[in-house]
Amino acid sequence: MKLTLKIWRQGGEYKKGQFVNYQLDQVSEHMSFLEMLDVLNEQLISQGKEPVAFEHDCREGICGACSMVINGHAHGPLQGTTACQLHMRFFRDGQTVTIEPFRAKSFPVIKDLVVDRSAFDRIIQAGGYVSVGTGQAQDANAIPVEKDQSSMAFDAAACIGCGACVAACPNASAMLFVSAKVSHLALLPQGKVEAKKRVLNMVRHMDLEGFGNCSNVTACEAECPKGISVDNIARMNREYLSSVFASDED
Amino acid sequence: MSWLSPALKPIGLIWFDHFLTSSLGKKVVMSLTGLFLIMFLMVHLIGNLQLLNADGGESFNKYTYFMTHNPLIKSISYFLYLFILIHAIQGWRLWAQNRNARGGQGYAVQVVRAVGTNGRVAARMGWLGTIIFVFLVLHMWQFWFQMKTGNVNMVLIGDVEHKDLYAPVVAAFSNLLYVIVYVVSMWIIAVHLWHGFQSAFQTLGLNHKKYTPLIRVLGKLYSILVPLGFALIPILVYGQVQGWWSVNLSLTH
Repeated sequence: MKLTLKIWRQGGEYKKGQFVNYQLDQVSEHMSFLEMLDVLNEQLISQGKEPVAFEHDCREGICGACSMVINGHAHGPLQGTTACQLHMRFFRDGQTVTIEPFRAKSFPVIKDLVVDRSAFDRIIQAGGYVSVGTGQAQDANAIPVEKDQSSMAFDAAACIGCGACVAACPNASAMLFVSAKVSHLALLPQGKVEAKKRVLNMVRHMDLEGFGNCSNVTACEAECPKGISVDNIARMNREYLSSVFASDED
Repeated sequence: MSWLSPALKPIGLIWFDHFLTSSLGKKVVMSLTGLFLIMFLMVHLIGNLQLLNADGGESFNKYTYFMTHNPLIKSISYFLYLFILIHAIQGWRLWAQNRNARGGQGYAVQVVRAVGTNGRVAARMGWLGTIIFVFLVLHMWQFWFQMKTGNVNMVLIGDVEHKDLYAPVVAAFSNLLYVIVYVVSMWIIAVHLWHGFQSAFQTLGLNHKKYTPLIRVLGKLYSILVPLGFALIPILVYGQVQGWWSVNLSLTH
């Protein structure tokens, strides 16, 4: 199939960017979206032009590196998948495909479609972990965990930290990401120990990074490649309120 | 840190100041003031329905007399004015912060996909709220300010002198332009509530598989029925004045 690609090109964080149109004549419907971009880059390199910079790593939908907004949707119009797992059969011959980087003040563009998402790493450093005393390996079943709780924790832990929630949110809010991390640890006995401190520190750091506030638009859940539910945001709100009003943490 | 910090710090409430200025705390303020305003709307509607009593405005004037003389209602009314202002000012501040968080460059292709709510409405609460605020200013000037400045006639009900608020209300509802402005504003309030009602509960963390479906249904019913009740009154009055129908409003007295 033939495609017109309208791609955001930007030389660096402080450089001015603009859309550039490219024609691709032989796109196989079996290609993944990133393979299609590889073909475009081969074409650009053979013409002596600068290839389009985009981030990718595992290409199997589990690392969350392939951050881009395709036709207005983070990771493309197909729900529940990452850009690398989106195949060209979901596009029509002759279609114009607009590809933009994630847009958020806290995710500055490094080059073309690559954005700096280290704000997420810093939020994790603020509390998205459990402190474990290293020593003898414990017996796996030493701490009983109720099945429904562990399932909910697992659903939240499915977050790959790709930042699609921030990209999709009209307010560029990071609530879904932070709430997934807060939830997956708070639901498990190992994480409960530091839960009160964790939620305060992570929310405080989220605010420091300059992400927007939550308006409960739920665009984050709709665009999340892992289908993380906004129920986690409600859980984080509960955790936060109980921590602020009923714990010693400040 | 907020403008309240100097007052909160000496009494050991600096943690509360941190809460108020956090992204979650700001939303809790929106949620609680919003829920108060939602409850007030119902009380206001029950009062307005007195306009439909065929007694030449007696029950409506008695209701306004009660609302302006009962000490409990009077003190609640000051909280009401305060909460409207807090909800509006906080809303505008959040709106500005959220726009800023997106950064200078927006998307070339804008789509809002949502789950269990109307994303287009949810993303436009700032605009909708601003229109409602403009309506409230007009509404307060037209009825509340006129009444407070004594710009209304007095009527005797029993032995007590009452301010005749019924006459200016009927006069306003006889004006087509005002009826249109009023009905359109009620529609905007309905849309604002459609998202706001259930959103307020989510913000407070009140999301539970046993109760959330009920909250969503109640929210939708409330956001349709209450504004509809408000909007019907000027339409009924206007139609009666025009002689389109007679719903026994006995508008003359």
